[in-house]
Amino acid sequence: MAPATSPTDAAGLGRGRAVAFALPALVLIGVFLVFPAIWTVYLGLTDYRLTGPAAADPRLVGAGNYTTALGDGRFRDSVWLTVQFVLGSAIIGQAGLGFALAWIMRDRRGPVRRLVEALVLLSWILPGSVVAFLWIALLDRDGGTLNALLGTPGAAWLLDHPMPSIIVFNTWRGTAFSMMLYSAALENVPPSHLETARLAGASAFQQLRDVVLPRIKGHVLTNVLLTSLWTFNDFTPFLLTAGGPEGRSEILPVYVYNVALRDGQLGFGAAVSFLILVINLVFALAYLRLLRDRREVPG
Amino acid sequence: MSHVAHVLGRIASAVLLAAVAAFFALPMLWLASAPFDAHPSITVSLPEFTLDNFRAILDNPYALGSIGNSVIQAGGAAALVVVLAALAAYALSRVRVPGRDALLYLLLLLSSVVTGTAAMVPIFELATRLNLVDTHLGVVLTVSGGLLPAAIFILKDFMDATPTSYEESARVFGASPLQILRHIVVPVVRPGLATIAVWAVANVWGGFLLQYILLRDPEKSPGSVVLYTLYTEGGQPNLSLVSTFSLLYSLPVVLMYLFVSSRYGFRFHGGIKR
Repeated sequence: MAPATSPTDAAGLGRGRAVAFALPALVLIGVFLVFPAIWTVYLGLTDYRLTGPAAADPRLVGAGNYTTALGDGRFRDSVWLTVQFVLGSAIIGQAGLGFALAWIMRDRRGPVRRLVEALVLLSWILPGSVVAFLWIALLDRDGGTLNALLGTPGAAWLLDHPMPSIIVFNTWRGTAFSMMLYSAALENVPPSHLETARLAGASAFQQLRDVVLPRIKGHVLTNVLLTSLWTFNDFTPFLLTAGGPEGRSEILPVYVYNVALRDGQLGFGAAVSFLILVINLVFALAYLRLLRDRREVPG
Repeated sequence: MSHVAHVLGRIASAVLLAAVAAFFALPMLWLASAPFDAHPSITVSLPEFTLDNFRAILDNPYALGSIGNSVIQAGGAAALVVVLAALAAYALSRVRVPGRDALLYLLLLLSSVVTGTAAMVPIFELATRLNLVDTHLGVVLTVSGGLLPAAIFILKDFMDATPTSYEESARVFGASPLQILRHIVVPVVRPGLATIAVWAVANVWGGFLLQYILLRDPEKSPGSVVLYTLYTEGGQPNLSLVSTFSLLYSLPVVLMYLFVSSRYGFRFHGGIKR
């Protein structure tokens, strides 16, 4: 019997068998994820195009695509729109609303909680391509349900307010994940601690800050990391606004689609993809840093 | 005084919950009314009741078959992701491999960037060279590669949270690691596996861009792609077909979610905390 290599290895897996267990997943990830990613980095250094002479025989252009992108006003606008999209819909929208729902419903049982949870989860479970049609029907200028309800016929939400539209849309779409995660997290907060704080006269805000937050900080960080990454790279807003009007909702994934697949500049699009990866990496490193700080706090 | 504040708080939270419920329900109303309407428009209205739209969608040559394609692709990917992620997550949870956490984060990062639009061109060329274009297998393998990192990441937290004492006893009685995983760990983390399976199915079921690029043959296209082919001769979306097919296409995932959530529970049992 192989000696356990760590105290947690109760089943006596050992390093060899652990590698064998992880290998099938890693091979699949390697072939269909890592390899295309590396290929994208290479394409970013060429002038590869969908059509024309550069399609058959792409030339290496070095860092040319990168300097073009960084100097391009459209790219920088797109970065700024993406920041607004992530802040508005992932952090304030999904994480904020998800936490608020989990907190309000934490000691509720019964039909109200089941109904709210079912509706929130349904908006997450429905197929993405169906959801896009639902929102187009909701926000349509001439016959949209929202205009009928508000009595504002002719208000073109997707044209006049494209960013708020896709931010509200993405909040609607993704809040379920945060709500479930925080519901689970709040179960780890002992009710007796909250009771003690309440008897000591702590307000709801003080209870949240001093009793709840320290216990679920890890959950909050993981939640913010995942929802931000998913939102940062979400292509669904394309089905609502296609990045328009005039690029006013052209977040980065839509920008990449437009330059690479619509305009056919595959090399340039690949370079922008790599820049997106770098921005995500910086964000994830900041997150890991915060997580490490959390672990250094005793207790 | 504090009693009054408590009652006021209850009222405020009830009002807030009602508003949230309305916000989440509003976009779905169309799905409940338009498919049954003889003249559907974009506005939600009391339908002039008919089932003709369902007959029309059954006459569409690709509609029903596309739901079968979605079942193959989403089911195949979910099975592959759950099995491979469970094996990998268990190994990574129990055995300390140097650089494990950094590797997981890097893969998670790559998966969320690459599965967007970024790597569509290389993925298409790779699939072409492996003869995977226009095959269900191509879609299954490609989407699984993209879903696995997040699945491993979430499942590993479930595995970390399970006590190891049962595994020790089983080992004393001579069970192999694979037996321990199957008979002891899997039953304990079943809600996690069910959650991952539902998440994977929902992801593939609604996925559009990758399937659109990898499948040229409409006979193999899933419903999420076929939905965007339901246009009138004038080039406008055919609303009666779109809404009817949307409803039909949504039902299987909703039923699956209801089944899984009543049977295993659909939540993160304190998981994902790191």
